[in-house]
Amino acid sequence: MSIEIKKEEAKGVFVIAEQRSGVVQKVTMELIGIANKLADDLGQEVYTVILGGEGIEDQVQPCFEYGSKNVILIKDPMLKEFVTEPYVKAIYNLIAEKKPNIVLFGASSIGRDVAPRVAGRIHTGLTADCTGLAIDDGTNAKPEDKGLLRMTRPAFGGNIMATILIRNYRPQMATVRPGVMPLPERQKGATGNLIEFDPQLTPEDMNVEIVEVVEDAKKAVDITNAKVLISGGRGVGGPEGYEPLRELAKEFKGGEVSSSRIGVDNGWIEKSRQVGQTGKTVRPDLYMACGISGAIQHLAGMEDSEYIIAINKDESCPMMQLADLGVVGDLHKIVPALTEAIKAYKQSQEV
Amino acid sequence: MRIVVCIKQVPDTAEVKLDPVTNNLIRDGVPSIINHDDKAGLETALQIREQLNDGSTVTVISMGPPQADVALREALAMGADKAYLMSDRKFGGSDTYATATIIAAGLRKIGFDLVITGRQAIDGDTAQVGPQIAEQLHLPQVTYAEELTLEKDAIVVKRQFEDKAHMVRIKTPCLITALSELSEPRYMNVGKIVDAYNSEVGIITFEDVKDMFNPDWIGNQGSPTNVVKSFTKPAKTAGEVKTNLTVEQAVEAIMEKLIERHLI
Repeated sequence: MSIEIKKEEAKGVFVIAEQRSGVVQKVTMELIGIANKLADDLGQEVYTVILGGEGIEDQVQPCFEYGSKNVILIKDPMLKEFVTEPYVKAIYNLIAEKKPNIVLFGASSIGRDVAPRVAGRIHTGLTADCTGLAIDDGTNAKPEDKGLLRMTRPAFGGNIMATILIRNYRPQMATVRPGVMPLPERQKGATGNLIEFDPQLTPEDMNVEIVEVVEDAKKAVDITNAKVLISGGRGVGGPEGYEPLRELAKEFKGGEVSSSRIGVDNGWIEKSRQVGQTGKTVRPDLYMACGISGAIQHLAGMEDSEYIIAINKDESCPMMQLADLGVVGDLHKIVPALTEAIKAYKQSQEV
Repeated sequence: MRIVVCIKQVPDTAEVKLDPVTNNLIRDGVPSIINHDDKAGLETALQIREQLNDGSTVTVISMGPPQADVALREALAMGADKAYLMSDRKFGGSDTYATATIIAAGLRKIGFDLVITGRQAIDGDTAQVGPQIAEQLHLPQVTYAEELTLEKDAIVVKRQFEDKAHMVRIKTPCLITALSELSEPRYMNVGKIVDAYNSEVGIITFEDVKDMFNPDWIGNQGSPTNVVKSFTKPAKTAGEVKTNLTVEQAVEAIMEKLIERHLI
């Protein structure tokens, strides 16, 4: 199977919304932000595509408010919980009819499941985990590339960056990790065009059966939404070493504890808190790296944090080089003392 | 059941270091390994074979240069029955779509009931090849598998999401992508290591599979995506590093910045 969309007929920047348990996730709003930039450069429009079951229409308004001029709603009972084939077929049918120029997905465990199959079914290109998206202005590789989507992504743990084009096929498709693109401002009360689309699903599309939905309380914490991350590595020394970090994190609004790979591999802390290439990409206002030396694969997941503080015994480690402020010393002494100092400061500020 | 596991040979990125002068990756002398997720998939395949104990087979397949043979022999030494390497100059430079096209052709050639791939490889990190193989073969898929249970005529997979998990029942033929959490790979068996180096690894070339796909859709030229530029990340301007501080001074230095930046 494949469909051919001609370059000159391909129009519009589509954002496939990330919907979990009926709620559109923050990464979608981040994608709307970058999609608007791309669409402005192309003189085209942004369409956010929401797939879901009963009640999903409630998710339309936030997408308008984060800047999507158009929302395409695909509502079907088969789209309530994520199952690959109904999602792939619905998106494929939409693309075949609307012929978009660009389609963006969140690089989540859903986006990375569905996007490759959609790209495969159409026969077009897909670039994974982009950290930069821009429209080619014709001054790069070839003048005739003007107007193409330049997709930049890290490879080999984040040190090498590659810029990728899809020259001959449409739509140009990319996934973007949550937390990479800045969140646009929300305009309360904004409205736009609502378009409904029938996905033309049949019962045979449900080719697997969901036996049970397992809600996992431990996984409920999404560190990509945290404003402040107090992160521990080898230097914390063991599972109990995260306790002072948790105490410190509590002192910050939106503070959470995260970890480098070593803490997760050793079973000191749950996998959902892992930052890095094999974990999550985070971009908090403050990233405090406690006893993390800074392997390439870890840096790849946090180097775009707004402000980075490193506490480490080793002054020459890579994390010290990256940090805005590096403090050489014993985290086991500094972290609890810092928690006390913040408490004292807060008290002094109370009237 | 014919179980086929797709494996990739990757550089051990835990060993990759940066050249402090050029900021490039130093790849010389970095050992090659079987990608972690793929190895967990292989272990699970071996366990399924043992559990069924009905003459089921585990075959491993890889695409890559002739050196990838080493990874396949390691898989044989772990207990795989057969190994195939898809290797041809015409396959070189393939993106995920083209790679999946080639491997899907290899799978059709050798036959399968259950295909297991790793979720993603640690070098490319795309997680696209597994689903794109499933697409080419029109197979149902379950990705991000963290647990797997055999039923009489189906497989139940615990499929991990960021905030929850699904228990998914899937029937063969199908494709499953494995997380490294799926199983702890066994060590190579000493007796089998010797056998592995004496046994044949089947080679599949372009000529063997060219009728199964559009030859214009593979390799560097046929790939829908094109890498137009590679560069090392520009270095960030250095921050300040404070040494020889007492605990009080360290706390003070941090507090100053937290207050200045309105973080508390």
